[in-house]
Amino acid sequence: MRPPGRLLPLALLAFLCQLGLVDTMALAESEEVTLPTVHSSSSAHLANSQRLVNPHFTHRPASLDLSLVKATTLPNLLPGHDWPSPVDDAERRTMVLVDVLEYRPQTRSTGSQSDYRWDIEGWYGGDYNRVWFKTEGQRNTAFKADYDVDFQLLYGRFIQKYYDFQIGGRVETQTFRGANVTRGLAVIGIEGLVPYSYQIEPSLFIDQNGAVSARLAATKDLLMTQRLILQLRFETNVAVQRVEEFTTGSGLNNAEFGVRLRYDIRRGFSPYVGVSIDRSFGETATLIRQEGGSPSQVRFAMGVRMWF
Amino acid sequence: MKRTSISRRGILKGAATLGLVAATYALKPVALWAGTAADSSSPDVLTGDLIDLTISEQKFRLNGREATAVMMNGSLPGPLIRLKEGQQATLRVTNRLREVTSIHWHGLLVPPEMDGVPGVSFRGIDQGTTFTYHFPIQQSGTYWFHSHSGGQELQGMYAPMIIDPIEPEPFQYQRDYVVMLSDWSFESPHTLLSNLKKQAGFYNFQRRTAGEFVADVGRHGWWATVQDYLAWDRMRMDPTDFADVTAYTLTYLMNGQPPESNWTGLFRPGERIRLRVINAAAMTLFDVRIPGLQMTVVQADGQSVQPVVVEEFRIGPAETYDVIVEPAGDGPYTVFAETMDRSGYARGTLATRPGASAPIPDRRPRPLRTMADMGMNHEGMSHARTESRAGNGHLPTHTMPSQTSPTEAHQQHGRGVGDMTVSEMRSDKETAHQRPSERPTTEPVPHSPDDHGTGNQMVAEFSSNRMHEPGAGLDAGERRVLLYTDLKSLHPFDEHRRPDREIELHLTGHMERYMWSFDGQKYSEAPPIRFHYGEMVRLTFVNDTMMEHPLHLHGMWMYLENSAGPYLPRKHTVLVKPAERLSVAIHADAPGRWAFHCHLQLHMEAGMFRVVEVSEREPTR
Repeated sequence: MRPPGRLLPLALLAFLCQLGLVDTMALAESEEVTLPTVHSSSSAHLANSQRLVNPHFTHRPASLDLSLVKATTLPNLLPGHDWPSPVDDAERRTMVLVDVLEYRPQTRSTGSQSDYRWDIEGWYGGDYNRVWFKTEGQRNTAFKADYDVDFQLLYGRFIQKYYDFQIGGRVETQTFRGANVTRGLAVIGIEGLVPYSYQIEPSLFIDQNGAVSARLAATKDLLMTQRLILQLRFETNVAVQRVEEFTTGSGLNNAEFGVRLRYDIRRGFSPYVGVSIDRSFGETATLIRQEGGSPSQVRFAMGVRMWF
Repeated sequence: MKRTSISRRGILKGAATLGLVAATYALKPVALWAGTAADSSSPDVLTGDLIDLTISEQKFRLNGREATAVMMNGSLPGPLIRLKEGQQATLRVTNRLREVTSIHWHGLLVPPEMDGVPGVSFRGIDQGTTFTYHFPIQQSGTYWFHSHSGGQELQGMYAPMIIDPIEPEPFQYQRDYVVMLSDWSFESPHTLLSNLKKQAGFYNFQRRTAGEFVADVGRHGWWATVQDYLAWDRMRMDPTDFADVTAYTLTYLMNGQPPESNWTGLFRPGERIRLRVINAAAMTLFDVRIPGLQMTVVQADGQSVQPVVVEEFRIGPAETYDVIVEPAGDGPYTVFAETMDRSGYARGTLATRPGASAPIPDRRPRPLRTMADMGMNHEGMSHARTESRAGNGHLPTHTMPSQTSPTEAHQQHGRGVGDMTVSEMRSDKETAHQRPSERPTTEPVPHSPDDHGTGNQMVAEFSSNRMHEPGAGLDAGERRVLLYTDLKSLHPFDEHRRPDREIELHLTGHMERYMWSFDGQKYSEAPPIRFHYGEMVRLTFVNDTMMEHPLHLHGMWMYLENSAGPYLPRKHTVLVKPAERLSVAIHADAPGRWAFHCHLQLHMEAGMFRVVEVSEREPTR
């Protein structure tokens, strides 16, 4: 014999459930009355009755709150659990934009040698949330006397209708006095389209030793023809602290203005020619000179802009 | 069958290359019904109580280039289905693809589980299986059917459906032709959407350039031109944005044939010809005209309307218009369907003998969006907006140079509300929220402070009813263009009564990111729209984007509230202009889940889609 103390709650529960079931069935009948019969095949009816069970009975006892049951959708309005989404509006995509990939020939006036340069970025994600990468490589500019390569990995969130707010990390490697130096930096940036349709990209950096610097890049496309496009490009760097091994002085470091004329052979593949005026200032210019670089340059370039 | 196909195509295209096509592929790249009158005994016209359709991938050749399409019964468009009002239809659809498919019977009132939208009406038709659609035919007119799965519609899965009425029709004709307009791309629908997501102007090769700037300076003066160009740049908008996907990648087809192949409908002089024009294009609005002939519009979306004589009409994706033409002479006459962005056209010929053709008209210059399309077209409005929306910051607070801009040639449809005072506008704004449910009028209504979030680029600061306007790029002064206000049902609908309730739905999107939504929310972000069973609900669309959107409601008619009193026309697809406030009345008489979406396929796929649930009223707690 089991003690009655254990059986009593069970019996009570069964009783309550029964009450609940009776009520629910009465409700289901009343729904049948208020709604005209929907023309449907018998298999659809079967599917509907199975679906009716799932949401109402598995998560909570039906007897508890009848008003909630009433307020839920009618059984014929529940989609099957294995149905696909009617549209795939949250698809993730990958994009890589090679904005600058160019060869810069030697110029006699500045004594600079020929070199290569790139500015590439890309993302993976949906409309709002994306993982971004950016990489830049330069040599022999007014800001970097020798090689400088950097790479950023960022999380980006689409905000305020036009801007990707980005946060992440950056690694920068540079040649300084013949040796490689590397530092890590934290990055907060914004990338987007401002009024008058300029694409801007301001970023704030804090390196591992706490040195703060910032960069602003802006571009604008002017259509000469449907395929011949003139890109204006401006970039400037500033720093709070002097970081000698990265040829960064305190204050305004450099400013560069370039124009690149590209031709869309097809969308996403556009060879170009261009010219840029690049200057570094103050302490930065001094450091560049000490490194054997030229703090004031006019350079021609030819390259290809691509995206895929 | 193969021999028929060869000879018919021989007639239609008459090129040596076609013999090669026929030798390579034992299939009919062009539906046979397309070469004949719709009422002929073409083997491609399917009738009767039981109809079988097989979906498969098929190769075909278009303008000398090979492509693979998703075809129904091996043709593009698919077979013409001709049914009789009052009959029971049973359609067995077999899927021979390597993916899920579906067929939606566009414009037909069917039970919800027969509506053919995967994820809304049913699971979809799995590969290798057969799904049987079974429903009563309760209406008559010109309709069509197409896939509702992914990009299959763009890949060729569409076909016409004609339902003959029980009662004789109130117009006479001796010839009956389907004119099915569509667009074909050799790129996959997935690639199209991907390209647009990465570069919104990918397919637009009609943007404003330095050359046009110089020409505009010559026409309109330096300062006016600079102001106008800067105004659009400041808004981060492109005034040449009329089609997301253009002739750069699309070939426009008439009954499955490119302009070069010249679909031909034969007639004898003096005959009345019924043309059942169906826009089955995934991404294209067409302006249709037949130089030398007037067209009498007798049906819209399969429903008889009081006859309207026009010279041109604009047809949005999924709309249908039945017109009657009566050539007095021999012709031939060009059936010219120019795309709204003017980048291309579909074309066919009405002729008394095969092989005849008439001159193809020049395409008109591509139009420009106006400040009216942006929901802000004159000074009074600009001031009111400045005051009410200061600090919002995403729109200029500066008077738009509409009077002096190069766009003035396109402003003949302006609403003449320039004498409205700022105080009137203010009172308008204050009452905007308590406004009783009324049909929108041509009076501008200010937008609420809600900017619909980051997924929506702009709002129409002022929206108004624009049904009396022909639309961008059409000039009512040049030729008689069909207006939505011209559409009046032939018979009054006794079921039409004043709506019990209003739901305002904003059409939203982001041109730069190629995002499309309702109320700023994509399908995956939003709950369903609920209609109460039995109610008459007014759905008011406010188009906050600068694109036209053809909105399609499944399962129920939309009564277009165009001031036609008891003769409101009913439509399954309603084309909403930029900055337009347009309302439809819906009798929610079909319980179940129904799809509601923009019929520009890539807009739908990007999220401009909702489920409408028609269920009983929620009880008061």
